[in-house]
Amino acid sequence: MKKYTYTEKKDTRSGFGAGLAELGRTNPNVVALCADLIGSLKMNQFIDENPERFFQIGIAEANMMGIAAGLTIGGKIPFTGTFANFSTGRVYDQIRQSIAYSNKNVKICASHAGLTLGEDGATHQILEDIGLMKMLPGMVVINTCDFNQTKAATIAIAKYKGPVYLRFGRPAVPIFTEENQTFEIGKAINLTEGKDVTIIATGHLVWEALQASEKLFEKGISAEVINIHTIKPLDKNAILESVKKTGCIVTAEEHNYLGGLGESVSRVLASEHPTPQEFVATNDTFGESGTPAQLMEKYGLNANSIIEKVNKVLKRK
Amino acid sequence: MEELQKLTIQVRRDILRMVHKVNSGHPGGSLGCAEFLVVLYKSLMNRKTTFEMNGHDEDLFFLSNGHISPVFYSVLARVGYFDVEELNTFRLLNSRLQGHPTTHEGLPGIRIASGSLGQGLSVAIGAAEAKKLNNDNNIIYSLHGDGELQEGQNWEAIMYASAKNIDNIIATVDLNGKQIDGATDDVLPMGSIKDKFESFGWLVVEIENGNNIQDIITGMQKAKSLSKNQKPVCVLLKTMMGNGVDFMMHTHAWHGKAPNDDQLKSALAQNPETLGDY
Repeated sequence: MKKYTYTEKKDTRSGFGAGLAELGRTNPNVVALCADLIGSLKMNQFIDENPERFFQIGIAEANMMGIAAGLTIGGKIPFTGTFANFSTGRVYDQIRQSIAYSNKNVKICASHAGLTLGEDGATHQILEDIGLMKMLPGMVVINTCDFNQTKAATIAIAKYKGPVYLRFGRPAVPIFTEENQTFEIGKAINLTEGKDVTIIATGHLVWEALQASEKLFEKGISAEVINIHTIKPLDKNAILESVKKTGCIVTAEEHNYLGGLGESVSRVLASEHPTPQEFVATNDTFGESGTPAQLMEKYGLNANSIIEKVNKVLKRK
Repeated sequence: MEELQKLTIQVRRDILRMVHKVNSGHPGGSLGCAEFLVVLYKSLMNRKTTFEMNGHDEDLFFLSNGHISPVFYSVLARVGYFDVEELNTFRLLNSRLQGHPTTHEGLPGIRIASGSLGQGLSVAIGAAEAKKLNNDNNIIYSLHGDGELQEGQNWEAIMYASAKNIDNIIATVDLNGKQIDGATDDVLPMGSIKDKFESFGWLVVEIENGNNIQDIITGMQKAKSLSKNQKPVCVLLKTMMGNGVDFMMHTHAWHGKAPNDDQLKSALAQNPETLGDY
């Protein structure tokens, strides 16, 4: 089976910062807004190079979303930056009316998503944001897995016209995808070929899925790992093709099972190709303080949890 | 001036007939702002005659209190953004004239959806920032309800605009003193709105009779002269809800209620046709 390795770990938010900086140099219409979290979002380089195209809004996320919507009316491509919690739940109606319903070309860039925000605890660890965003008509929802993919996605969404939710995280994670890759919105990436089980993962869980597949391989189980960076629009053909071959599936995400990637996959399977499915996701719960690794272990979001669910779903075939 | 008066009366008729036909909509605030929107679109704004919607090289207007869509639709149609006959479709299935304004159906003249209150000032500020980046010297106008100022997002935006010297915006507040549940002073007294804006660093122009066309022109010209001077400008427009229809004035009852057949007849008799009904 194909093995993935890494030489360096970096946070996905730095991939966003690098992508934004590149956009600053290549696309004069790109502007950035931040609600008092420049350092956390790694926006410094863009700001240093394009101070006139940066808007420090202060701690006022609702105002930030409205201003971003207004900037599009003059032809700008605004990228908003704050934590995932404050990018979604806190400003849902502003996004719904002024951005999604108004079909404004705003890129909502959300860092510190999920449990891996760590010690700050549940007030800041949103596990519902994918659901909130994917329910909005016309909203594209992307959750990237490493530095390189996040950088590529940031650059790609500037070329797409329409509202986008780009979700990434805080901790340093292995860089295992190619540098300077082309990012295609809505196109799943098959990482390993397998015949026994399909593992569909998004965000930080993609690396965990690869780790799981190696251990499963040693035990004679061949897993097909698919990196679904775009949750909406979902690449249903990639999913259907894989499950037709493997006959069972595990979905893995750093999000509540309610409203997440897993449910989107279930809907496709239920209507087109009913298939046993198990979910690696949080179980309708808030998070808590702890290190990212401790939290991912406690809430069942790592390679071991994926292996457990694979063993369970194989018995249901 | 006479032309503006005639247009105002015709706009009133449009508003009344639109809400009557579908027995829903918001005539009170719409009638209160008829003169203001007529003046804004007919004699104040620098607008492109081509009705392009790219937002460049002209003044732009944002309606934040989207429930007064009848007056907005009527004025947009009467100045040429779309055919006045389309006013017939207000609030009907498959119409571009939704209950609250939206860009979703592609109606010319609408630049943002509004209706969920308190969002329009932020959007207007964003458009003003874009104008500055584009070296476009035109002005952003916006309209807000007084009750709407109870939404907290407004104060985030008010604070931002002065802090960042957004001086190409003229935000008007429709001070009619009324909201759905009664007088604003009974529902949630806000104290002096003038003092609040001034303490947030805005320049404030008051228009004592916001239903008098000459007063609106004078006040708005003053507001315009104060703009482009490092500070955002607020216009406090004192209006009469339901203006022009005797039984709709001096009450909040017509905020969101349509007249019945007899009431429509009486209201239209008070506002004889000037430019032709749609």
